[in-house]
Amino acid sequence: MNTATFSFATIAPAMPEVVFSALLFTLLIVDVMLAEKDRHITYWLSLATLLATAVLCLVSLGQPAAVTFQGLFVADALSQVLKIVTLLTVAASLMVSRTYLAARGLLTGEFMTLTLFGTLGMMVMISAHHFLTLYLGLELMALSQYAMVSLQRDSVRATEAGMKYFVLGALSSGFLLYGLSMVYGATGSLELTRVAFAIEQGQALDLLATFGLVFVVAGIGFKLGAAPFHMWIPDVYHGAATPATLLVGAAPKIAAFAFVMRLLGTGLQGLSGDWQQMLVILAVISLAVGNIVAIAQSNLKRMLAYSTISHMGFVIVGILAGTDNGYSSAMFYTITYAIMTVASFGMILLLSRAGFEAENLDDFRGLNQKSKWYAFVMLVTMFSLTGLPPTVGFFAKLFVLQAALEVGYTWLVVYAVLMSVIGAFYYLRIVKIMYMDSPSGEMTLEPRADARMVLSAMGAITLLLGIVPAPLMELCVRAVAASM
Amino acid sequence: MILSLTIWIPIAFGVAVLAIGNDRNPLPARWLALAGSVLGFLVCLPLWFGFQPTADMQFTELRPWISRFNVNYHLGVDGISMPLILLNSLMTVLVVVAHWEVVTEKVSQYLAAFLLMSGFINGTFAALDAIVFYFFFEAMLIPMFLIIGVWGGPNRVYAAVKFFLYTLLGSLLMLAAFIYLYNQTNGSFEILDFHRLPLPLTAQVLVFLAFFMSFAVKVPMWPVHTWLPDAHVEAPTGGSVILAAITLKIGGYGFLRFNLPITPDASHALSGFMITLSLIAVVYIGLVALVQADMKKLIAYSSISHMGFVTLGLFIFNADGMLGGMIQMISHGFVSAALFLCVGVLYDRVHSRQIADYGGVANTMPVFAAFFVLFAMANSGLPGTSGFVGEFLVVLGTLKVSFWQAFLAATTLIFGAAYTLWMIKRVVYGAVANDHVAALQDVGRRELAFLVLLAVAVLWMGIYPKAFSNVINPTVLELLRHVSQSKV
Repeated sequence: MNTATFSFATIAPAMPEVVFSALLFTLLIVDVMLAEKDRHITYWLSLATLLATAVLCLVSLGQPAAVTFQGLFVADALSQVLKIVTLLTVAASLMVSRTYLAARGLLTGEFMTLTLFGTLGMMVMISAHHFLTLYLGLELMALSQYAMVSLQRDSVRATEAGMKYFVLGALSSGFLLYGLSMVYGATGSLELTRVAFAIEQGQALDLLATFGLVFVVAGIGFKLGAAPFHMWIPDVYHGAATPATLLVGAAPKIAAFAFVMRLLGTGLQGLSGDWQQMLVILAVISLAVGNIVAIAQSNLKRMLAYSTISHMGFVIVGILAGTDNGYSSAMFYTITYAIMTVASFGMILLLSRAGFEAENLDDFRGLNQKSKWYAFVMLVTMFSLTGLPPTVGFFAKLFVLQAALEVGYTWLVVYAVLMSVIGAFYYLRIVKIMYMDSPSGEMTLEPRADARMVLSAMGAITLLLGIVPAPLMELCVRAVAASM
Repeated sequence: MILSLTIWIPIAFGVAVLAIGNDRNPLPARWLALAGSVLGFLVCLPLWFGFQPTADMQFTELRPWISRFNVNYHLGVDGISMPLILLNSLMTVLVVVAHWEVVTEKVSQYLAAFLLMSGFINGTFAALDAIVFYFFFEAMLIPMFLIIGVWGGPNRVYAAVKFFLYTLLGSLLMLAAFIYLYNQTNGSFEILDFHRLPLPLTAQVLVFLAFFMSFAVKVPMWPVHTWLPDAHVEAPTGGSVILAAITLKIGGYGFLRFNLPITPDASHALSGFMITLSLIAVVYIGLVALVQADMKKLIAYSSISHMGFVTLGLFIFNADGMLGGMIQMISHGFVSAALFLCVGVLYDRVHSRQIADYGGVANTMPVFAAFFVLFAMANSGLPGTSGFVGEFLVVLGTLKVSFWQAFLAATTLIFGAAYTLWMIKRVVYGAVANDHVAALQDVGRRELAFLVLLAVAVLWMGIYPKAFSNVINPTVLELLRHVSQSKV
């Protein structure tokens, strides 16, 4: 164990992270040398970094699972798939944000490198096989995001949001660390498979482990943004510049899913009887708070924040089934949710322009008359969030509900269904505003081709996966099966 | 292959109409939509002529869709779904013809919504897999929501949202029931497997209620009917036609395809409940229709009352009742569509739906008045029209079960005649009431085309109902045999 051999074979599983870091540091240096007018080179290099790493992950997809660095790090099908999706989501988020950032002087090296460092944190989280790596990845991601949210230092709202995010995030990390230390005390190990083994063999101190679990679940609730640990979400989503909101709201959910999978699915699977009950409470409250409070919002970003809470409720319903089926359905849900998030926040960015934030519901008034295609993309996204066929949101909900019903949570399924009817109301309101109201004032669409391309692609994917969901579902099932 | 064509041809044309859509010159979109709807109807014809009068599923198609959950793209029709597909494809043609000079805003989106809707509805009727059924059933909500909300009357947004949420609530519970049945059958979403699945009575009752929530809203049955007067009144003419002629039938079809065969014991146990609700719809809603001042609202309430007959026929469990219910559905498809189109013809000229704004229309529009009166007669169940056959059979069937139930049901012959003919009297007959009526132009060739078509259908069904009962009867008898066997 203690003979640390540093051969290529040990590093090979972490190749995507290694290459990503190397490119990231190169970018950092290049950016310093660039003149202000050439700043777009940083943007293109960031995209290249993200895409190159995604390709690298894709290449290593077929390889068998490998645990390396003395059990700190794992590279398996689950991690490769989630990393590819994360990298692509971050790339898409940057592409829709470009003009918005440029118009507000945020298209800077700082923003790009913070984004990429955050992405590196997500990758580490996804591949973590040890409490320490999990925490390391989590903090790398979170610290970059705190900074990203408050990067607009002249904006009171952004600073306040960053402050809230930081304080609550730090608090939740504290919870999590406290819980993990309890679990360590109970099982004598920090490595996920050993923790699982100790619990399975009955060597763990049950009471202590369960006590720790409570704090771990609280920490997870914070990171996922599940009620009653959701207080930061509306303020951060609302206060941050929209690109930062998108970067906090889309890709990190995938990383958070991986985090939950590793912690609960792999490490603490033996305590599933206990955490299921806790997650039921989180799911019930999240679904209620998310859907009901969202109705009262007139600010689109706040509304989408509450919508996130309710969708995390659905993800939790999938996870708490505790079966392979449940995990893969939750994974499917998270991935498709990330796509829809990019599309919905992308629409806000599309309609914003210099000195104008299109973040109120009324700013979407009569969009259908201005642009049929983008109104249609938003329509598809909203119905997908509602969970209506022929969009992918329907299958995401179907798979999750099936997994929960399979293990006997009939009442929870009926409850989730009723809550999503309430949720339908506010998504419907956006469709109504776009199609049934007439435009109130001037409306301009962002001119850049990259943003338009990404949005069109997101709309098309949402529809396409709604008609042929099988390949992505199959991928999720295999990835989960390979990691268990 | 034929069934896939009936689904995907309208959808493909709908997408094409959206793509070539141009608000300044809507003519290409109009012709393309007409071509699509006519083609969609033509590909349905082999279903009618090639149909074998047995209870088997015919024209079946089976392809894997989501193999992990054993979801298959499984289509097929029997005697209860085939006529409804035909009806729907025909109505789509009528809607496209009827919109021609009337709809001038966002024409391509309007037409595309109807074509997509038509494909989705055919898919709903043809589906033999629960997820395929649900997929089309729910997808239908999106175009309908837009049709009501964008092209509807003054209170359209309220009506559209109400329609959407009512329907969504019901259908999501049905989805939960589907997943439950899937787990019970050890992983099959085949509707025919659900039919064979034994279930304890408690489970049956719960599944029945979940389906009931979904289909009772669609039918609609009293007391969940309140969305319908709003939606029908606010929808544009084409929307009212499709809503009344087709989407209500999906409720009746759902009872036949899901409630009765999947939960036969619960259906028997709850038949009293269903019959009571149906009779309330027939009598009470009939009385409500009597006092309406708005023509569309009157026809909307009349639809609820007539659909009460359908559910009554289905839940008295004999061949007359069930066949009558089925024929009543098709007949009501023709008659209500015709009445809504007639009101549309008047509305396009005067821009009012109020009965009080008319009077003496027969003086200025004699041809139109003749058709209007014919359809009104059919609506009140005059022998020789399609309206008579279904109502007569249902009353006959009910009489075999209970005299008083039959008596209550038969009151519709009085109330139906009363509210329909009273409306006709006030609108069509009498002296010319005002300048608007005096300035009316009689129907043009385009309007004449759809009125003649519907009149032929109404009379054909009334004089020779055997053409329909031959198709429907084997399936109904098989269904009754199936329902009489306990699954507990």
